[in-house]
Amino acid sequence: MRMLLSLVVWFALWEIVGQMKFSSIVPPFSAVIEAGIEILPTEKFAKAAIISLRSFGLGMALALAIGIPLGVAMARVKGVGRLLGMWVNIFVSAPISALVPILMAVIGIGETTVVVTVFLFAVFVITLDTQVGITHADRSLVEMARSFGATRRQLYSKVLLLSALPEILAGVRLGAIRGVKGVVIGQLLVAIIGVGELFETYSNNFLMEEFWALVLIVFLFAFAVSEAIAYLERRVEYYAAAR
Amino acid sequence: MRGWQLASFALFFGLWELAGRWPVSAAFPPFSAAFLALVEMLRDGSLLKAYLITLQPLALGIVLCAVAGIGFGIGMGLSRSVEWLSLPIFIILQAAPMAAIIPLITYIYGIGLTSKVLAVIMLAAPVIVMNSYKGIRNTPPSLLQMCRSFQGTRRQEVMKIVLPHAAGLIFTGLRLGLAMGFIGIVIAELLITPTGIGDLITYNSSVADYPKMFAAIASIVALAAIALYLLERLERRWFP
Amino acid sequence: MIVEVKGVRKTYDSGVEALRDVDLSFPKGQLSTLLGPSGCGKTTLLKIIAGLIPKNGGEVLVNGKAVHGPGPERAFVFQDFALLPWADVLRNVGFGLELRGVERKERDEVARKYIAEVGLKGFEHRYPAQLSGGMRQRVGLARALTVDADIILMDEPFSSVDEQTRRKFQEDLLDLLRHHQKTVIFVTHSIEEAAYLSDQIALLSPRPGRVSKIVRPAVDRSKSPDEIRRDRGYLDTVDEIWGILRQYV
Repeated sequence: MRMLLSLVVWFALWEIVGQMKFSSIVPPFSAVIEAGIEILPTEKFAKAAIISLRSFGLGMALALAIGIPLGVAMARVKGVGRLLGMWVNIFVSAPISALVPILMAVIGIGETTVVVTVFLFAVFVITLDTQVGITHADRSLVEMARSFGATRRQLYSKVLLLSALPEILAGVRLGAIRGVKGVVIGQLLVAIIGVGELFETYSNNFLMEEFWALVLIVFLFAFAVSEAIAYLERRVEYYAAAR
Repeated sequence: MRGWQLASFALFFGLWELAGRWPVSAAFPPFSAAFLALVEMLRDGSLLKAYLITLQPLALGIVLCAVAGIGFGIGMGLSRSVEWLSLPIFIILQAAPMAAIIPLITYIYGIGLTSKVLAVIMLAAPVIVMNSYKGIRNTPPSLLQMCRSFQGTRRQEVMKIVLPHAAGLIFTGLRLGLAMGFIGIVIAELLITPTGIGDLITYNSSVADYPKMFAAIASIVALAAIALYLLERLERRWFP
Repeated sequence: MIVEVKGVRKTYDSGVEALRDVDLSFPKGQLSTLLGPSGCGKTTLLKIIAGLIPKNGGEVLVNGKAVHGPGPERAFVFQDFALLPWADVLRNVGFGLELRGVERKERDEVARKYIAEVGLKGFEHRYPAQLSGGMRQRVGLARALTVDADIILMDEPFSSVDEQTRRKFQEDLLDLLRHHQKTVIFVTHSIEEAAYLSDQIALLSPRPGRVSKIVRPAVDRSKSPDEIRRDRGYLDTVDEIWGILRQYV
């Protein structure tokens, strides 16, 4: 609540600076909101949003489908962890955007490149956090399950994965944040599709109201995705409070 | 452990070599070709020249961030009103895709050094500020109470307890900031205008000299990895 | 003899020799204690009997048959409770049955019965984080009882429970186990606890762990708990054990 109030102060400041016509780059906040309301129902925006969301969704799905099993394997199979650990650690903080030119050369200039960019941005942090979660899973819970005769499958489905859920969710949240960045960077570099294309168009034609409105929309989306996963995390933490 | 590291390198480069020879795509050279290209670029000095250009905005941006960002983060941790005013902004900025604003920066500041420094700052500042802030905020209350019980002044409290305690997290913030700075400089050089290493990547891609393009990309990833690794080692030694 | 340990040896990868040629028998229907200073390998021995960690030599016989892993005739109670933090009491207690593929309805019914027996009726839908240490261990005990194992292995079950709760719990435990005719192997480092609970006490020496003496406390179990704690035989047993263990301290 206090946080919202602070944001209101900032928006008010923005409005004042805008009204003073201090710089054409900073239009008043109210004008930006107006522009936002204007562009939201347009077909152009809908098309860009759908392309961007699709790239984000596909890339994230791929990152989850590969990152989580890979993280589990790295934690449970010593050899896999040692062989891949170094590379996952390097790529988790490496400038992945440097790889986008490779994707453009190999895959071509299009949606697939953006999907793979999202995947590459998100997958490493998901893998790493899953590995940490499984490695740190309560050892006595594993012993307990074994003492009651758990099968391998039961050990994973009923103990290990649930035990690592807080870390896995943290990884998914960070992965999703990076995924949004991946969409934007990928589309800006490819430069001809989705929200990235809109950003280029607006700044090239000096449509500052529209530009800032789009920035707000994209930021809001990133924030909403991250908060939604954070909400899940808090629920899980409640159950795991005993740890 | 050494053996595993060697095996890990061998696996990665081996797969790369195989994928290049198979071939996955005409634009995907084997590791050996990229390695030879790297050696050639090292020899003729083009790589060194590129890095002299690339590292300028990176270093400038990180130094500016370190001074202003740490200072601001400490201020946020110490003053309730600064915290109230700026914490929400930084929470949002940390999750926000800042790259979206780069086209605008280019529009205002052109394609020169200023734009690139700004790109680095935009990406690196949030994590540096937030870590400094968290470092201050994470001071154990029992330590503060201890200091107060010995009639320590607020100044002593900050200088002798809060700051030394926060130093580790602040340093971590700098390391993460550098990682973000590398990301920022790469985006800037690819997006704003190709210079330095970005120029090597873009140019070689456009003339289809893929081994050189791969070598340039691998070199910046490797440089980032080595720099971050060294900082992490330092961090472990200084703040165990 | 329901459980027999013959010449069991254990050396950890780190080179620490935890157990050397341990021979022990555990009579059916009795409560036997493994007692010794910390680092004597008593928990290691218990986990080897449970089949949770591999041994380097010797064998463990249960009902005359050698065992190499966990089995349905043995149930374990853990020092740190080992409760699933994301599951409520009912699901935790029924977890052993869940792993065996018992239907939800049936296992809930069995679980409810044992939850009531350990005195947790009304707490079925609480989560471990909402329970005190003593209550958590009651959940652990109920879980071990639901799978209807003949042998209950308990690894310092009261060490994370506060003193007042512990006494009451010990009394309840004795009642419950007598009632169900379980064979219990119990690890503790508390001399009083061992003397109060046990039919047979195996004293282990530290590093490498070996059986240094077997004590059978002459305590009249028909007396009330408070009388037992003032009983001559109980006090003599405590003194005798302390006389042996003090040389290791």
